[in-house]
Amino acid sequence: MIKSDVKSKLYGVVAEFETPDQLLVAARKTREAGYSDMDAYSPIPVHGLYEVMGGERTILPWFTLGGALLGGIGGYMLQYWVSVIEYPLNVGGRPFHSWPSFIPVTFECTILGAALATVIGLFAIYKFPQPYHSIFNAPGFKRASDDRYFLCIEATDPKFDADGAKQFMESLDPVSVSEVEP
Amino acid sequence: MKQEAVNQYMDRISGRAVTAGAVAAVVMVIGLFLDSSAFFESYLIAYLFWISLSLGCLAILMVHHLVGGGWGFVIRRMLEAGARTLPVMAVLFIPVIMGMSDIFEWTDEDVVAGNYILQEKVKYYLNEPFFIMRSAIYFVIWIGLAWLLTGWSYRQDENGNLMLNRSMRIFSGLGMVLYVLASTFAAFDWIMSLDPIWFSSIYGPIFIVAHFLTAFAMMSALIAWMSRYEPLSGVVREKHFHDLGNLLFASLVLWAYVAFSQFIIIWSGNLPDTISWYLDRSANGWPMVTILLALFHFVIPFFILLSRFSKQKARVLMAIAAGILLFRFLDLFWLIIPTIHDGAFAIHWLYFVTPVAMGGIWFLFFTRMVKSKSILPLHDARFEGLLSGKEAAIHE
Repeated sequence: MIKSDVKSKLYGVVAEFETPDQLLVAARKTREAGYSDMDAYSPIPVHGLYEVMGGERTILPWFTLGGALLGGIGGYMLQYWVSVIEYPLNVGGRPFHSWPSFIPVTFECTILGAALATVIGLFAIYKFPQPYHSIFNAPGFKRASDDRYFLCIEATDPKFDADGAKQFMESLDPVSVSEVEP
Repeated sequence: MKQEAVNQYMDRISGRAVTAGAVAAVVMVIGLFLDSSAFFESYLIAYLFWISLSLGCLAILMVHHLVGGGWGFVIRRMLEAGARTLPVMAVLFIPVIMGMSDIFEWTDEDVVAGNYILQEKVKYYLNEPFFIMRSAIYFVIWIGLAWLLTGWSYRQDENGNLMLNRSMRIFSGLGMVLYVLASTFAAFDWIMSLDPIWFSSIYGPIFIVAHFLTAFAMMSALIAWMSRYEPLSGVVREKHFHDLGNLLFASLVLWAYVAFSQFIIIWSGNLPDTISWYLDRSANGWPMVTILLALFHFVIPFFILLSRFSKQKARVLMAIAAGILLFRFLDLFWLIIPTIHDGAFAIHWLYFVTPVAMGGIWFLFFTRMVKSKSILPLHDARFEGLLSGKEAAIHE
């Protein structure tokens, strides 16, 4: 492997923290320092982290709503088509279009549609599945799914400069700061 | 902790509620002499609304002790004050007993004599002495729980004993069971027995969901307004509104779920003893009320509350909560009046007046209780970060 001009080829600089509160404070300070391309890695959901990092509103809920409406309307229409048009059956003298009995299935189809659309939306927006990611090169990164909290400033950031970023991250009081190979 | 602003606000609410309540009470007494049966009907509607609020406060308080959460911490003192209005509600139950012969069919000997099922029911369960005795037991359970839990919480303010949190949690688990049992039977006695033959096993949950819905709506509206005042302004944040909005949303969906469950089971069965309840609501203008209820008590607030924006903005949340509270009355009207009038449409001006009169009394005691204690519990270890502003410092 040719290692010329290593610095421009870095994925980013990562800092490791011991508690979610430290991560929150670090993310806020990093944002205040003018960095915008960053990502945090945590074993548990940290409330407010996304907002602190200046995350934008995701369009994922619209996938969910769309899927829910599609599922609900589709489910109802399917039942209508089956029990009124295609195969009308007289059940205890009830009308063919017995809307109350359609509601449970409509409800279930709404949930199914919403869940499927959410998963499809996730894959589409966040480019799942992703078997390789540069952040895996960060030393000790396995603990991000156990008991450590990571914050990475990415090289794509306009303000990024490896030494400056490293120096800045040292000031956040982390356990360690390291460069991440792409 | 300084809370002059909160106390002044409580005085304002109390002043307005008591003035409106006093005027309404005078009109109500006139109504009582003009039309006593309409009075007792309106009284039952009013009573079930306000006791739902008190019981909802007690229930949410127990849920909060069991699961924690900042949303519960910021409204805890108001929940405790609401639960402490229960003895007042017990006293206000006396007119229901006095009006029993006007509203409960099973107190009428002629009606009972003509129906052998009713004869058996009245012999063992639905008779006046046992009805009064059962109601007394419910109140003992509810008031006992309210006093234990609020008492410990107030004592912790003084001595800071952290073990009290443990007692509150353990008793809330046990209390939840007692509360659900007592409330289920209360629902059977106070509302379901309006039609003494009809039965629905989901009636208890319908009544209990109403407690949660009423109390979540009232607490959201109050905290949304009060979050502007010290010391709440330093503690209550968007995320608390968001959580309360979500809980309101969940209660709303649960209401629709239990109400519809009862309907679909009875509709599918289509049996003479049970379908009569829905037949009473299928003519004479009641279908219109049903549609209004479905729209404004479920569909419209459901879609508004779906959005994150409407849950996080205090003003919007307050407006929705107020709307839900208003339509709680329509739900009670729809539950009670068609059954008493055998499906005929009936509306009386007293239905609007009596709830206001009783609200004056409720708010008088509620505000007095809120004012007498610190608006935020002082020594709960789980929420120290919230109180000291540490959490705010991290997030903002």
